[in-house]
Amino acid sequence: MTFKATLLAGAVALAPMAAVADDDLTIGFSQIGSESGWRAAETTVTRQQAEARGIDLKFADAQQKQENQIKAIRSFIAQGVDGILLAPVVATGWDDVLEEAQDAEIPVILMDRTVDADESLYLTAVTSDLVHEGQVAGEWLAKEMDGQPCRIVELQGTTGSSPAIDRKAGFEQGIEGHDNLEIVRSQTGDFTRSQGKVVMESFLKAEGGANICALYAHNDDMAVGAIQAIKEAGLVPGKDIRIVAIDAVPDAHLAIANGEMNATIELTPNMAGPALDALEAYLQSGTQPAKWIQTESRLYTAADDNMAVYEEKKSLGY
Amino acid sequence: MAAPHAPLRRLAPQIIILAAVLALNLAVFPDFFRIEFQNGRLFGNLIDVLNRGAPTALLAIGMTLVIATRGIDLSVGAVMAIAGAVAAKIVVDGHGWGTALLGALAAGGACGLWNGVLVAWLRIQPIVATLVLMVAGRGVAQLVTEGTILTFLNEGLIHLGAGTILGMPTPVVIWIALGAGVTWAVRRTALGLLIEAIGINESASRLAGINAKVLLTCVYLVSGLCAALAGVIVAADIKGADANNAGLWLELDAILAVVIGGNSLLGGRFSITASLLGALIIQSVNSAILLSGMPPEFNLVIKALIILVILVIQSPRIGHWLYILRASGGDPAPRRKTPVKETAR
Repeated sequence: MTFKATLLAGAVALAPMAAVADDDLTIGFSQIGSESGWRAAETTVTRQQAEARGIDLKFADAQQKQENQIKAIRSFIAQGVDGILLAPVVATGWDDVLEEAQDAEIPVILMDRTVDADESLYLTAVTSDLVHEGQVAGEWLAKEMDGQPCRIVELQGTTGSSPAIDRKAGFEQGIEGHDNLEIVRSQTGDFTRSQGKVVMESFLKAEGGANICALYAHNDDMAVGAIQAIKEAGLVPGKDIRIVAIDAVPDAHLAIANGEMNATIELTPNMAGPALDALEAYLQSGTQPAKWIQTESRLYTAADDNMAVYEEKKSLGY
Repeated sequence: MAAPHAPLRRLAPQIIILAAVLALNLAVFPDFFRIEFQNGRLFGNLIDVLNRGAPTALLAIGMTLVIATRGIDLSVGAVMAIAGAVAAKIVVDGHGWGTALLGALAAGGACGLWNGVLVAWLRIQPIVATLVLMVAGRGVAQLVTEGTILTFLNEGLIHLGAGTILGMPTPVVIWIALGAGVTWAVRRTALGLLIEAIGINESASRLAGINAKVLLTCVYLVSGLCAALAGVIVAADIKGADANNAGLWLELDAILAVVIGGNSLLGGRFSITASLLGALIIQSVNSAILLSGMPPEFNLVIKALIILVILVIQSPRIGHWLYILRASGGDPAPRRKTPVKETAR
């Protein structure tokens, strides 16, 4: 059925939408793998979103290999799917396979990461803005401190990775113009709990716990590790040292609910929602989406019902 | 080995290097040696070095024995992840911490046995045999945790990683006790000698009546058990089993600790104490980097440079030059071995 639709789409090159309007959609999803809890949650949410819309989702796990993703896309093209969602494992080397998809009139939507290829080769990219996430964190802290002096320590992500670079830059933009805020130490915690704890221990010794007023961590896992280090040093996390991090994983919601953490900015696992919206609109009425769809970077603080969010997110596979 | 000053002579390079690296720490952070007692635990940078060095130190104990038999165990990092995952799974399922510890040790022991059988009975080269588990082990751990960071709140288990015994962090007590125990076992019996014999010439040792297969298997078993203990400590420390990151690349740190300890990768004579000093040296370097406040882009470069210097100083050629220099300086140095040990080949 979908194969016929694709043939039709090929024949009526400028109006592919008419052919599939009443058909059930079949969509291929090439996922990187399941290297992190967030990625597993993204897969779960994508499946839920597809099911809610009555879309037949063909899922391919690439196990961190680009060649597997290229193979998966080629097989999607051969099966004549109506659209392809791609979470690219690397940025380069996609031109050929994207051209093949274009020749077959199958729109490709990038999720969560972008590629170094011509914009015309994909329909749109749905990603979060890493700089914006950092900025939200910085602005929250600036507002929270309200002019009082504050010495900040920063736990960076893996050195050289784009989330680490962008989230650092964003936070610095967020606190710009607030002379009361000062980043006194910044070191990598490799995005892991154990390194977050180890590095926080050294911060506490080097600066003295009483001289640190806030911690900014590039992800929640490092913040959760740091919370333990702060407790072991005899300080109260969330009070003596304010903690803001990014990602909004379930354990961060739990920490906020327990008063041990102050804020987290969500990197939503729901990239598929906006992606499928754009795809359906395109297939049905030919609406060209913008080349970049930015997902919301929502701020969660103690004012939200974190226990409820925690219960809800726990089932997503984080 | 019989001379009274032999152990000190053997350990002199490691002790001097450790002192130098600690002095470097003091240079970047004047309060480095201050130790306080707060919250019922000793609190200070020196304690951190001992505590954070625990996983590497535990791995180094097993790794020293393996390397002494001319082998290598690349799987220890992955075994840590498996053991941590098993321990977490057991307490999450509602069992006590003792069961969890035993379960983790059983898992680590099974991994060690697997390596031992591949090496000793199937005669697969150690680097290849243990590579299997290094690659596959993390997948096994992920199966156990179902891909998430498996968190737990069992006080007993957490105590193993984050608690204290008489004010001293538990991991420190564990690695010092195990190090002393294993050293005692291999040096107060002929066990150490037999292990060295296998490393120097396995065929000859077998002809001399040593049951090399069983001994080799046991050595990998011990390495697996040490890794399991390290894995439990790392998981308990963060109250969660992180299958992706627990013990990641730690096998390389353990091998480095053994090498800095002056043990030859070609097998033969070994010193567990020297390897433990090696682990402390690595941790002190890490500590200096963290305390220096340098941007993280420099971390690995600085670490590489310091370790390069340490290894160059320890190299046999430099050691020989130092010896010549001393001998020609008119100093009536005892005509013994150079302080840097040339291992038997």
